[in-house]
Amino acid sequence: MAFQILINFVIALTWMFLNNHYSGISFIVGYLIGLFIIFSLRRFFSTRFYMYNVIAVIKLVFIFFKELILSNISVLKVILSPKLNMKPGIFALETELKTDWEISILANLITLTPGTLVIDISDDKKILYIHAMDIEDVEKAKLDIKNTFEKAIQEVSK
Amino acid sequence: MIVISKIVIGYLILQGALLSLISSIGIIRLPDIYTRNHAASKSATLGIISILLGVFLDFWIVEGYMNARIILGIIFVFCTAPVAGHLISRAAYNTGIPMSEKTVKDDLRAKKKRSVQ
Repeated sequence: MAFQILINFVIALTWMFLNNHYSGISFIVGYLIGLFIIFSLRRFFSTRFYMYNVIAVIKLVFIFFKELILSNISVLKVILSPKLNMKPGIFALETELKTDWEISILANLITLTPGTLVIDISDDKKILYIHAMDIEDVEKAKLDIKNTFEKAIQEVSK
Repeated sequence: MIVISKIVIGYLILQGALLSLISSIGIIRLPDIYTRNHAASKSATLGIISILLGVFLDFWIVEGYMNARIILGIIFVFCTAPVAGHLISRAAYNTGIPMSEKTVKDDLRAKKKRSVQ
């Protein structure tokens, strides 16, 4: 993916040199042309066309913000309710993610999800120990993490 | 246009202040360090982010001066606050701070026992 971006930059620079016109606008035009060229020649690269990864990153950022707002609303509900009748607890969650940066992004996302907070990661990086504000909706939180976050992160690193 | 943006800016700053207030109420009310950490790491994050966003928009739209450092500050707070929450609660767990009596389930205890033996 980084290799494709580098090639795209080189094409944009070449476009600036061909035009003998050095400005931001001409760089952007060259970059768009390079994007088109890379898209047409995508079968020669070992990885997929890199714009898919860029779109996946943007989606991940949106998930981050959505979860931040939702988790704030749920924390507010707990704090401002007249009686504190939640049942906190720690549960284990197995993850399929392999590399370190994927796991740390997943841990950050879980910390920002409603009512969950990562406490520990097992030494073989397979199990996350998560503190939940309310152990009763753990199953739902587990499904959320599995279906939404892990998929979004895998989509980025594909 | 200016009036609408002033309303939005005022809303953002008020929301940030209210969220910070509520997170500090949560730190007082909740029973143990782990649940307090929930309140501190989430509500405070969004509170600071919305105050900073309000300040940024105010300087940009009303005063006509764009300050990119505020955006950088938002990104830094957004990245570091969850990590800080994680580290504080991990350190608390490893030094053996007890959880509140309401705690129902503790999967981590079994793992710690296994590693000690």
